[in-house]
Amino acid sequence: MAPLAGVEAATDAVAAVPAAPMSYWRTVGWRLGRDRTTLAAGGGLLVIVLAALLAPWLAPYDPSAGSIRLRLAWPGTPGHWLGTDEQGRDMLSRLLWGGRMTLVAGLTPVLVAFVVGSALGIAAGFVGRTTSTLIMRTMDIFYAFPSVLLAIAISGALGPGLANTLISLSIVFIPRVVRVAESATVQVKGLEYIAAARVSGAGMGAIVRHHLLANVLGPILVFASTQVSLSIILAAGLSFLGLGVTPPAAEWGLMLNTLRQSIYVNALVPALPGLAIFATSMAFNLLSDGLRDAMEVRG
Amino acid sequence: MWVYVGRRLLLAIPTLLGASVIVFAMVHLAPGDPIAAVMPAESSAAEIEATKRAYGFDRPLPVQYLVWLQRVAQGDLGRSIATRRPVILDVRDALANSLVLALSSSLLAFVVGIALGLLSAFRQGRLLDKLCAALAVIGVSVPHYWAGIILIIVFSVQLNWLPAMGAADDPGLLPFLRHIALPTVALALIPLGVITRVVRSAALDILNQEFVTALRAKGLAARRVFVHVLKNSAPQILTVLGLQFGFQLGGSVLVESVFSWPGTGYLLNLAIFQRDIPVLQGVILVLATFFVLLNLAVDLLQTLIDPRIARH
Repeated sequence: MAPLAGVEAATDAVAAVPAAPMSYWRTVGWRLGRDRTTLAAGGGLLVIVLAALLAPWLAPYDPSAGSIRLRLAWPGTPGHWLGTDEQGRDMLSRLLWGGRMTLVAGLTPVLVAFVVGSALGIAAGFVGRTTSTLIMRTMDIFYAFPSVLLAIAISGALGPGLANTLISLSIVFIPRVVRVAESATVQVKGLEYIAAARVSGAGMGAIVRHHLLANVLGPILVFASTQVSLSIILAAGLSFLGLGVTPPAAEWGLMLNTLRQSIYVNALVPALPGLAIFATSMAFNLLSDGLRDAMEVRG
Repeated sequence: MWVYVGRRLLLAIPTLLGASVIVFAMVHLAPGDPIAAVMPAESSAAEIEATKRAYGFDRPLPVQYLVWLQRVAQGDLGRSIATRRPVILDVRDALANSLVLALSSSLLAFVVGIALGLLSAFRQGRLLDKLCAALAVIGVSVPHYWAGIILIIVFSVQLNWLPAMGAADDPGLLPFLRHIALPTVALALIPLGVITRVVRSAALDILNQEFVTALRAKGLAARRVFVHVLKNSAPQILTVLGLQFGFQLGGSVLVESVFSWPGTGYLLNLAIFQRDIPVLQGVILVLATFFVLLNLAVDLLQTLIDPRIARH
């Protein structure tokens, strides 16, 4: 590196910082606004989510109505811009509707894990002793399985269905959130201002509410956001194995599974549902990377 | 250090027992009568009676668990509903195939991932670094089962270069390599992304330390500096490699099912289709045990390389 390059970059950064000091969240927002990759990922994600939300109005056809005469049409066929699947159903309509299922199946478990995992982790970290041992050792058990295997174990026993997918994926993600929440809580608990609050007579509830949560929830949120992409891949993967959403519902993983028999007839259409999973998971990954950088959370 | 090793060995036992509780619970998680979860529907009354006694379904759950654990410890994982073969035989054959695939994909991911990670650390901020970062994000974001299908479409259907499914029937190295090539690449994508990222950040951490500046200041050749960096980031990299190898074994389910690779994942896939709970239990228990032992081995190996860890 040229010796001056670093200096120049540093002065650029200094000049760009506004004069008045900003609050933490405004700083985060300001940083995100300057991060073009994250903005693009966020924009892409917004399009995907809106498309899924507005599926009933955007989809040109009924996602479950097919026509035997028009099976596996190539993308670009007039009237079916993304082609048709093995039962002659419109791919664009099915991809739009499928996004709803995949997003619900992918996002809900992380949301559940964020709420339940934070509660358990903060309890373990703040109370300590027996409570901590009890919670943390129980969570350790789930680490005996790679995530895919744990999801398959639970889903395989419970049987297929969206509800069972949500249960099994929540169980996969709760222990992960608990670990992060616990270590963040232990770290913050040891800081001086918590001791100061305690000395000045604040009750346990007040300390948790006013001092602990504000400083712990940020890192937990960032961690949870990194898990969304994995959750989406796993949710679609369970459907792909026949353990998630059941046919004839439109769901990206399930569509990929039923279409993969047709790769010898039409090589392009079977690739589309996977492309949708890939794009969504990538957008979430880039967004969480940007969020982590902007919030200055390490890990 | 031996105290640490002993304590670490002891800690693995409750984890293994916990995993076995979850696997045991699968029979009871399944909707309906537990007997239906482990027996074919058309079994005779005598068979059902015998199985009931063997599993102890009429006794309290903790007793049932102990009975089951005792049988498992003797290598009896029950019989498959679909084939009535002992589960342990199927698992044994499948595990060998899965290990081969996990080894080949790990090897690919480790070599390429470490190379890319080190390259981007030493070229921090340059174009190559950015390309590697993009590759790493793609690696961790891509659904590997879809990547497998794309590989089949391109290399089997369109180009007709490589077989689309199964393991080689003919002996010899070339048929074997031709069959394992595509699943290896598909399975290597995720660990490749993860390893590239971890190696890059581990190497950067070391590069930014004072002793590296000192080495450079005293005029050490770049190649020798590189060796120092590699040696110091080894424990961290090793942990990730071990973990990723474990994930390869468990995570290969989807890729194996795409390529009909006759491993544990394919076995699991069949068992899911036939709702064959004993097979599901057997495969998952064996893989989880493997995973726990592998983590243990990585921990111990790490202490061997860097004895400072044991003192924490």
